[in-house]
Amino acid sequence: MISFEMPEKVQHTVNLMTMVAENMMRPVARHFDEREHEIPWDYINFMHDASKQMGGGSFVPGGEKPRKEEAPDKPKPPPIGYQRLAYTAEILSWGDAGLYLCTPAGMLGAAAVAATGTPEQKQRFLTRFGGDKPVFDAMALTESHAGSAMPAEVRTTAVRDGESWVLNGEKIFVTAGHKALVDSEGFIVVWATIDPSAGRAGVRPFVIEAGTPGCQVTKLEHKLGIRASDTASVVLQDCRIPFGNILGSPEVEKKTTEGFKGAMATFDASRPLVAASALGVARATVERLKEVLEARGVVIRYGLPRSRLTNLERELIDMEVLLRSSWLLVLKAVWMMDERKPNNLEASMSKVRAGDIVVRITQKAVELLGPLGYSREELLEKWFRDAKINDLYEGTGQINRLIVARRILDYSRHELA
Amino acid sequence: MYGFEPTDEQNMLIDAVRRYAEKDLRAAGHDADEAEEFPAGLIEKGWELGVLQASIPEAYGGFGERSAVTGVLAAEEMAWGDLAAALAVMTPATYAMPILLAGTETQKKSLLPPVIEGEWQPYTSAFIEPDFDFYPGEMRTQATRSDGGYTLVGAKAMVPYADQARGLLVYAACDGKTQAFVVPAQTAGLTVGKREQLLGLGALPLFRVQLEGVQVPGDSRLGGDQGCDPNPLLAATSVAVAGLALGLSRAAYEYARDYAKDRVVFGTPVAQKQSIAFGLAEMAIEIEAIRLMVWEAAWLLDAGKDAGKAAYLALTGASDMAMMVTDRAVQYLGGHGYIREHPVERWMRNGRGVPAFPGLAMV
Repeated sequence: MISFEMPEKVQHTVNLMTMVAENMMRPVARHFDEREHEIPWDYINFMHDASKQMGGGSFVPGGEKPRKEEAPDKPKPPPIGYQRLAYTAEILSWGDAGLYLCTPAGMLGAAAVAATGTPEQKQRFLTRFGGDKPVFDAMALTESHAGSAMPAEVRTTAVRDGESWVLNGEKIFVTAGHKALVDSEGFIVVWATIDPSAGRAGVRPFVIEAGTPGCQVTKLEHKLGIRASDTASVVLQDCRIPFGNILGSPEVEKKTTEGFKGAMATFDASRPLVAASALGVARATVERLKEVLEARGVVIRYGLPRSRLTNLERELIDMEVLLRSSWLLVLKAVWMMDERKPNNLEASMSKVRAGDIVVRITQKAVELLGPLGYSREELLEKWFRDAKINDLYEGTGQINRLIVARRILDYSRHELA
Repeated sequence: MYGFEPTDEQNMLIDAVRRYAEKDLRAAGHDADEAEEFPAGLIEKGWELGVLQASIPEAYGGFGERSAVTGVLAAEEMAWGDLAAALAVMTPATYAMPILLAGTETQKKSLLPPVIEGEWQPYTSAFIEPDFDFYPGEMRTQATRSDGGYTLVGAKAMVPYADQARGLLVYAACDGKTQAFVVPAQTAGLTVGKREQLLGLGALPLFRVQLEGVQVPGDSRLGGDQGCDPNPLLAATSVAVAGLALGLSRAAYEYARDYAKDRVVFGTPVAQKQSIAFGLAEMAIEIEAIRLMVWEAAWLLDAGKDAGKAAYLALTGASDMAMMVTDRAVQYLGGHGYIREHPVERWMRNGRGVPAFPGLAMV
């Protein structure tokens, strides 16, 4: 059935997160933007306490504790975990995209564990988010010579040594890497090859916990935006981890890349959430733009043909079209996640469009408000800077176009490179 | 809860419309556009699919309930075949649906069965006006009270089948509010002008209509003496046109995609060039994104919520989508896209009209 009725529980999430975004994030957004690498502990501790009170655990569906009181034969309501997550990402990013990335709730790394881990691994790595202290996780994928080409050109190695893996290499652009490894008892998910001669088929994600010898944060990047979020370089030097920390099969299937593909399924979950985060920034921008205009008596007259609209009205209406249509793409992609339908195409579609439109909307908003848009008295210039990351991380707009194109054309990566 | 899949029943209708669109409309589209007329029986065959009949309750001659969501699903499929023919099939809906949605019980009982029972007949509506800044919220055609009835004065454009109309629904401003009036054919003062010569929609007979003091009785006003709230009607026509734009755009996208996979340039299919492949990906994303907006607006209509803004935004998005996608389809066929043997130039001409088409369809 086609329906756009928001489930009550999602509405509850929306109300709660909106309060957090308005009260805990917006008021300090500028502060943390201007003090790069200062850690927003007030927000972090608040979110951690709030999350514990709500039952705790990771944001990612699958990480929560099983509930015993539910009768097994009782018909279950349709799953909405990823739908709630998408709204959460959107609203917290509306509050502040940098602070959102500091949420101690199990994000990209946890998503990889949730998507590809065994029950034992989920228990071992995901339950920590409900502990006494806030905990962070991170995804370590990019290497200095290989961003989106990482799988094929990965240089970080994992060599089996008895009941251990020994990892060597260097990862860059690890979002929240410092918080995961240094500021908390968290973990990072590192992508490495178990067989450099096997190409993509040999690439696997590994969990490395904070405090593991041989794993060190060596650098924090200085960025255009999302400055409240740390972006770390991580060096692995004879870093020894338990054998059971590999996500997915420890064997290289020579003929296929199934093991690798399984791990890449993580992105089908994470890309719509990055898109959701992007759209939070876009919505913040559209709403602020309207406020400023309305304060000066500009009223948007919906319903008029373009021939009767002012340029400002037309720009705003076009922004709302982009925003809503992109949000519905996100909603469909996460709904498919919840329904366990394959959503690789929809995930990348939502990511392409959200990355595009948040950049377009924030750039246009700064232009339309002239000196006000350009001023740091407003947050619009910050959102302009924050926005751009969404067209870069979790696959650039170009990589996600490539994924969509291969799907719609039914081409392999050899046919369309 | 959310849902993004048509029901089984809707899928059956979609399949039936798709077969008609593929076998009949696609086959006829080119020649009908050139000859400026549909082949005999084509529109009747589309009518027999029963899309409108299934939207009208039994009490008024139909066999179902109105669902705007089902309406846009059917509209997309039919317009995928041919937009002009889809509009022709749907022309009686522009007369019947407003009566169903805003008419009095008496109006529904007396006016709907003759339209719904039996073959396709030219019941139509006069909505659009010949002005560059035409806005449905401020009709320039005026309805003034006189002798217990109304006098209609004004000019209308793009009225389908006006030359043979059995009945028309004429929209006019009445005390500053857009209202609709049922006008029988051959009413004095109603002059059907020349057939419109347009950029697209070649096969669809559209006419200018002059209203020079057309007298209609008091009970011809939709909704009775107090009239009706025009906003749900305006939203329904925007959503319908946006739904048609989806089908038109999907047709152009699929044609360009298939052509690009076939056409070899510098030794490889042109679809294997990122410039083309990425462009096609953007077309697919655009259509999917706007489709969800159209569905949402239709769902709001069905839920009885205010769909005005959502319908307006959906139509705005659909207008840009149609132009973007059909233009790219022509571009990706290269010079061949400009040749009338391929349908993409026709779809591009039809696509430009989307923002001007509200009034020509209704769900």
